[in-house]
Amino acid sequence: MARKKTVLVACGTGVATSTVVAVAIEETMKERGIPVVIRQCKATEVRSLIGDVDLVVATTPVPNDLGKPVVKGLSFLTGIGKAQTLDEIERILRA
Amino acid sequence: MSVAILDVLDPRAVCLGVEASNSEAVITLLAGKLVEIGKVRSSYAGAVVAREQSMPTGLPLGEINVAVPHTDPEHVIAPAIALATLKTPVLFGSMDDPDERIPVRIVMALALTDKTAQIGMLQTVAGLIQAPATLQALLAAETVPAALDALRTTAECDLHG
Repeated sequence: MARKKTVLVACGTGVATSTVVAVAIEETMKERGIPVVIRQCKATEVRSLIGDVDLVVATTPVPNDLGKPVVKGLSFLTGIGKAQTLDEIERILRA
Repeated sequence: MSVAILDVLDPRAVCLGVEASNSEAVITLLAGKLVEIGKVRSSYAGAVVAREQSMPTGLPLGEINVAVPHTDPEHVIAPAIALATLKTPVLFGSMDDPDERIPVRIVMALALTDKTAQIGMLQTVAGLIQAPATLQALLAAETVPAALDALRTTAECDLHG
């Protein structure tokens, strides 16, 4: 079985919008057969938690020199472009 | 999985047709309501205003933009939402890009204590944000009962539906 990929989901407080994003990613990737571990944090904590992370999804801006793929998570809140965002996340996690 | 928004939205924290000159005024108004009904500490307003400046919460939705100001759990006593509809749009920074400012008509101040306990509430809020017809009805509401009626239709709206 493939190694579980780790997704770090970040927002301003680490408790609000990242929760909506985390649940959506977890449910959809489960449906698509991709095992994931989801972690949540504040945007300011991303750099210190980036270690073994495969993908960062953030609703707020995060540093652009993390050395890991970053996907914008705002579409999970607005609904606009959500399907494309999920496809992009799937593509990165399958890579 | 989602909870009815009316379980966490106290009618006393609903302000309709608010005339405010800036985002700070709206946040201060809603924070005051949450303090009055015992849901947040007095430090909440200042904390939300400060956070809004560094990490804004405006959501660009197209026609009716919404902002969801909130802050860390330490300022919160119990989960709650305070809601304002604005008579004229007020500029909020965009969550996506803090340098971009977007005109907002509906503000939902969130009081959150813990992420796992509030998944249902957050999903309900997200569902509401993604329901343009409900936002339209909410903006048109002139009385609190009418606003609550508009929101009731979202109660069954599931984010993943």
